[in-house]
Amino acid sequence: MAIANLRIQPRFPTWPVYLAGLIPALFYVYQIFYGDLGADPAKTLEHAMGEWALRFLILGLAITPLRRELGIGLLKYRRAVGLIAFLYVVLHLTVYLLLDQGLDWPAIWADIVKRPYITIGMAGFVLLLPLAATSFNAAIRWVGGRNWNRLHKLVYPAVLAGAVHYVMLVKSWPLEPLVYLAIVVALLGWRVWRRT
Amino acid sequence: GAAQAAVKSPFSTDETPTSLKDITSYNNFYEFGTDKSDPARNAGRLTVKPWKVKIDGMVGKPGEYDLDDLLKGMTIEERIYRMRCVEGWSMVIPWNGFPLASLLKRVEPQSGAKFVAFETLVRPSEMSGQSGFFKILDWPYVEGLRLDEAMNPLTLLATGLYGESLPNQNGAPLRLVVPWKYGFKGIKSIVRISLTDKQPATSWNIQAPQEYGFYSNVNPEVDHPRWSQATERRIGDGGGLFAKRRPTLPFNGYADQVASLYAGMDLRKFY
Repeated sequence: MAIANLRIQPRFPTWPVYLAGLIPALFYVYQIFYGDLGADPAKTLEHAMGEWALRFLILGLAITPLRRELGIGLLKYRRAVGLIAFLYVVLHLTVYLLLDQGLDWPAIWADIVKRPYITIGMAGFVLLLPLAATSFNAAIRWVGGRNWNRLHKLVYPAVLAGAVHYVMLVKSWPLEPLVYLAIVVALLGWRVWRRT
Repeated sequence: GAAQAAVKSPFSTDETPTSLKDITSYNNFYEFGTDKSDPARNAGRLTVKPWKVKIDGMVGKPGEYDLDDLLKGMTIEERIYRMRCVEGWSMVIPWNGFPLASLLKRVEPQSGAKFVAFETLVRPSEMSGQSGFFKILDWPYVEGLRLDEAMNPLTLLATGLYGESLPNQNGAPLRLVVPWKYGFKGIKSIVRISLTDKQPATSWNIQAPQEYGFYSNVNPEVDHPRWSQATERRIGDGGGLFAKRRPTLPFNGYADQVASLYAGMDLRKFY
């Protein structure tokens, strides 16, 4: 795809997308101070941030299929959606490290190496790091458009890791994580099918 | 719920009880949905009166008993117990109830009986989680204890909470409480108690045998594949959002009363 598509075009601003993306985070900040996060507030936050990360990651994955199949052009908002998704991934991880584990690094390390769902979740986070780090126009010039595109295909295994992480962490097989996984598999399967 | 008189018990902990709101709004009771807030929302529809409990198997006095008749002559005690969930959180819960042993003695276990099996009600019309498209568990929920575990004075059949009758989401009208085992052993809304000479099947063991054993004693040394059991977060602990994890104790702190039940057993194997 052409680099031109990734440039911010002047006519329709992207800042409302960033603002909208912050609404769930602000809602939970409000809940912390004035609301009710239930009996286990750290868990509530942890799950909420993780789920919003997955939603925005899925939204990012949906942009190309929407354009090709339905002619809906949202490409210029993809960077905003991706960065918002990354923000929620970081918040999810922060809640886990700080509130859930209380920065108990030996326990955290044991979790990462011993518990596959945490290993997979952490792998997804690591895969997203170079993407977030190259999400500005100068980085595309430095890396080169072709390489940049190739690098950003890391989002596919990263989102899959996120969805699998969710399915694995719950007891039994409740519906919701399976729905997320099905959507991710469908969006990735579409790419295999279209050979994009 | 209706007020319930209860006598104090020396088995109670003096730790601060978790708030009634937290105990009644944060529940794993998959018959009413998988989210911890689902039971409080959905369990209100359950009819808990009249309630019958079938007692069968290797007992001298089998039968289908009305709960009110079972409760006749039972002294209801208040037992403030720690509750440790396999997911790594814990509460302190002021139960009302009576020792399971009192009930078992009354129905006269036969000499060959070695285990007690329990079953939860199946009533999809009132238990929304049992009618879902995806089966979360094989209904009915089933649990079991070795007979000596069942006869231990700590093992309770709970009928109430905070001095009132048991809220539906906590397993009304009759649930098991085994404070040295993970919470899921505490089978709710019991309709059947059977004595047998064979180790009974248990729901989570059927679902994932490599994750949940028959015994499921609280053990910080044996991790669940998904959760470290070394520490726990006490719900409602002062810090709220910043509540610190605390170390989990062997047998949930009840080792003095129950460790002897497992003398000579490899608890890594019999998890």
